[in-house]
Amino acid sequence: MGNLLEIFTASILNHNIALTYILGMCPLIAISTNIKNARGMGLAVIFVVTLTAIINYPIYLLLQYTEATEISLLVFIITIAATVQFLETFLEKFIPSLYNAFGIYLPLITVNCVVLAVSLFFVNRNYNFLETVSFSFGSAVGWFVAIVLLAAIREKIEHHSNIPKGLAGKAITFIILGILSLAFIGFTGLASI
Amino acid sequence: MKLIRVTYTKWYNILKDGLSKENPIAIAVLGICSALAVSNRVENALAMGLGVTFVIIASSLTVSMIRNFIPSRVRMITYMVIISTFVILVQQFLQAYFPSIAAALGAYVGLIITNCIVMGRSEAYASKNPVRYSILDGLANGLGYTYVLVVVAVIRELLAFGTILNVQVLPDTFERWVSMAMAPGGFFVLGILIWIIRELTHNYEVQES
Repeated sequence: MGNLLEIFTASILNHNIALTYILGMCPLIAISTNIKNARGMGLAVIFVVTLTAIINYPIYLLLQYTEATEISLLVFIITIAATVQFLETFLEKFIPSLYNAFGIYLPLITVNCVVLAVSLFFVNRNYNFLETVSFSFGSAVGWFVAIVLLAAIREKIEHHSNIPKGLAGKAITFIILGILSLAFIGFTGLASI
Repeated sequence: MKLIRVTYTKWYNILKDGLSKENPIAIAVLGICSALAVSNRVENALAMGLGVTFVIIASSLTVSMIRNFIPSRVRMITYMVIISTFVILVQQFLQAYFPSIAAALGAYVGLIITNCIVMGRSEAYASKNPVRYSILDGLANGLGYTYVLVVVAVIRELLAFGTILNVQVLPDTFERWVSMAMAPGGFFVLGILIWIIRELTHNYEVQES
């Protein structure tokens, strides 16, 4: 239990998937212009990442059993695409309120590296099932924290500061990310993964 | 003047778009995850850049060949399958011939699949254009990605380890910038690089809202 908690904390703070492994940058930068959208995208990511990791884990065991781990990439990405497609249709039909909250972000998630990365990392680190769940949920929450923090800073910057023309937009976003990332490095040693 | 004529051909324009005018990293800001994560050493950046270039060319070629047979509803997943096939090839190749680089890149080789550039070129270009232009477009974008990656890697490796391609360049007395080898260094270098490029080319981002 302590182990699970440690993995969970580590993957939110000092092993934050966005700020220390630099993953999921495209949506992180594209959708962080305001907090509302950032929150929607973050929640959708939490949902999809946890779900796909749970689905991919038994599939990987099956691949291991049949000694076909070389194609795990192909299988993972198809699982992810299928899950996302299924979720989109399912939510639209049965839980429209949830669909309205983050349905529009779902198609974008297939190409979010975080989803695939979590599946690849649990393979590399030989996690068991519970550790995988804890790690995938923690990583997704970490990504959520990162995108909301970034969006909050960007909103403020847009209204209250006067930045050079060339720095505006993407460039300043990278500088902010760098500073955030430095801050998260401060958590080093808090928990190991 | 033959030289001037060249600048107006379609071939030249495709190359120019990929390499400078619409450079995937510096201007369009796509495919950043792998760009920053592997650019702490020049050799990793080179391997990653060439791997991505190969995957873009191969998948653009395939997508362009079968572009008239893919139903538009399932096109994304078709691209995914095509791209991941080539990524597995790259992964196996690196593991067989360059095990040390494969170990350094780790899971990031597999993550070429979700590199937005590959998907973006398939969707935006190869699915609408003939094979020969798609290949060239893939090459231009792949090289455009590679050279920006290498520039970032040269700066980071120099400051973080004092070396370039593992050859000692700076003297031992130089204080190593440890954070350059980690995530913040990548963010800062790329942010400043984009700033410089935007100022030099006057290609400013239009503020939305």
